[in-house]
Amino acid sequence: MFEYINIFCTLLKRDLVIAIRDKTDFINSLTFFVIIIFLFPLTYGTDSELIMKFTPGMIWISALLATCLSLEGVFRSDFEDGTIEQLTLSRYPLTLISSAKIMAHWIIYSAPLIVISLFMSLILSLPTNVIMVLFITLLLGTPILSLIGSIMVVLTVGLRGSMLLSLLILPLSMPILIFSILAINNAAINQSTSAEIYFLGGMLVLAITLAPIATAAALRVRMS
Amino acid sequence: MYRWIQQFGSPKYFYDISLVVSKWIGVICLICFIAGLYGGLVIAPPDYQQGDSYRIIYIHVPASWMSLFVYMILAISGAITLIWRIKIADFVARSSAIIGASFTFLALATGAIWGKPMWGTYWVWDARLTSELILLFLYLGYIALQSSFEDRRVGARAGAILALIGVINIPIIHYSVEWWSTLHQGPTISKLDAPSIHYSMLIPLLLMAIAYKTFYIYTLLINIRSEIIESEYNATWVKKMIGD
Amino acid sequence: MLFENFFSMGGYGIYVWSAYAITFIVLILNLFFTIKREKKILRNYKKK
Repeated sequence: MFEYINIFCTLLKRDLVIAIRDKTDFINSLTFFVIIIFLFPLTYGTDSELIMKFTPGMIWISALLATCLSLEGVFRSDFEDGTIEQLTLSRYPLTLISSAKIMAHWIIYSAPLIVISLFMSLILSLPTNVIMVLFITLLLGTPILSLIGSIMVVLTVGLRGSMLLSLLILPLSMPILIFSILAINNAAINQSTSAEIYFLGGMLVLAITLAPIATAAALRVRMS
Repeated sequence: MYRWIQQFGSPKYFYDISLVVSKWIGVICLICFIAGLYGGLVIAPPDYQQGDSYRIIYIHVPASWMSLFVYMILAISGAITLIWRIKIADFVARSSAIIGASFTFLALATGAIWGKPMWGTYWVWDARLTSELILLFLYLGYIALQSSFEDRRVGARAGAILALIGVINIPIIHYSVEWWSTLHQGPTISKLDAPSIHYSMLIPLLLMAIAYKTFYIYTLLINIRSEIIESEYNATWVKKMIGD
Repeated sequence: MLFENFFSMGGYGIYVWSAYAITFIVLILNLFFTIKREKKILRNYKKK
């Protein structure tokens, strides 16, 4: 048991150290996120009421796109230099290895993204209760994205064309988007948001339970 | 039991049986189509609420049933591919994807056309429509994923994993009408002993459902035969059978 | 008169018939490509 925890921490630490040493990927992903958020208002003018209405949605869409683009980062280099192959040959369970990878992705890419989106929503002057709900939905929703995404990355990494990855992730992320936006819209008109947030929580628990197993199965398929 | 599965899974056995079965299935399909269309378009009376527009039901409901049914076949044969690696299961999955996507597209398209006179709009973001749309994307993702592998076997197993993840969507589609109160009307036939529509309307619907299902099986069998010949290119039985 | 009723579908003709048309086009395309593929494979096989 302790051995497994040790291995998990070692793998996690390794990915984090790599991310800290080579910051370009992580900074590019955040810059992409911020640029997209500032691009959206250009498309529907300077009507501040419209901006208020659409800002939470576009923060969510930008987070989704940024996650899609960043997911490949955690896995690709490890696939190319054979690290993944070494890990699958080791005697540790693949679910453990994939959980560590997924968690590393969330900490490196999604956690900073949530912090920045908080600042962004303050700059764009959203009401505080909307910011709170946005924060909670991002906190619950982005790990689901990392979890689902990691399965799809393992399935598609190294195949021709990177569009395939987005094609697989985006439809499956639709329910997350729908429930998050429902919660945010309810918050905007001062109504209860607990139902949607519980649903997101439920999806997160389901994803945490099943996604590492599916990622491990996908790894086995790709390594065979 | 396992021996039976293996025998059924052997390509030659399957090929011989499918040649006989597919003819009969084709005949049943054609009869049911003609009878169902005649019953639905000519005999059945107009609906007291929706007038004649309800007649879209005869192509819309079977298509959406089949979209779920084919996906379940896809997922189950995916699971069999992952666990037992029976070749036939991979052929079934591969051949089901395109026809399943077609059924899903038809369910969405005919539903949109039906929605225009009934709801006043082609599309609403209601739970059932959205989850059916996700199903269409799942089919397309499956096709895209398994065809982008050079090694067929790896492609089949990667696709199987995707298909199994997508199964989560199936109960959501099925119960969406009951869980969320939405614009989409409830199921027409939830219990067979007391259906909510009259028999003159119900029987054509069931005939159309049989027609769709046999249509699926018919194309599936032909596709599987093609796959078998492609993969068993050098087997002696193929040479013997097609050679003469 | 009867035929006119049948085609107009109580005013919903355009919706009903376009739905049926789409369905038949898609189903027949499916059937066509399936059969064409089998024939092509069989023909290729016999050539060799």
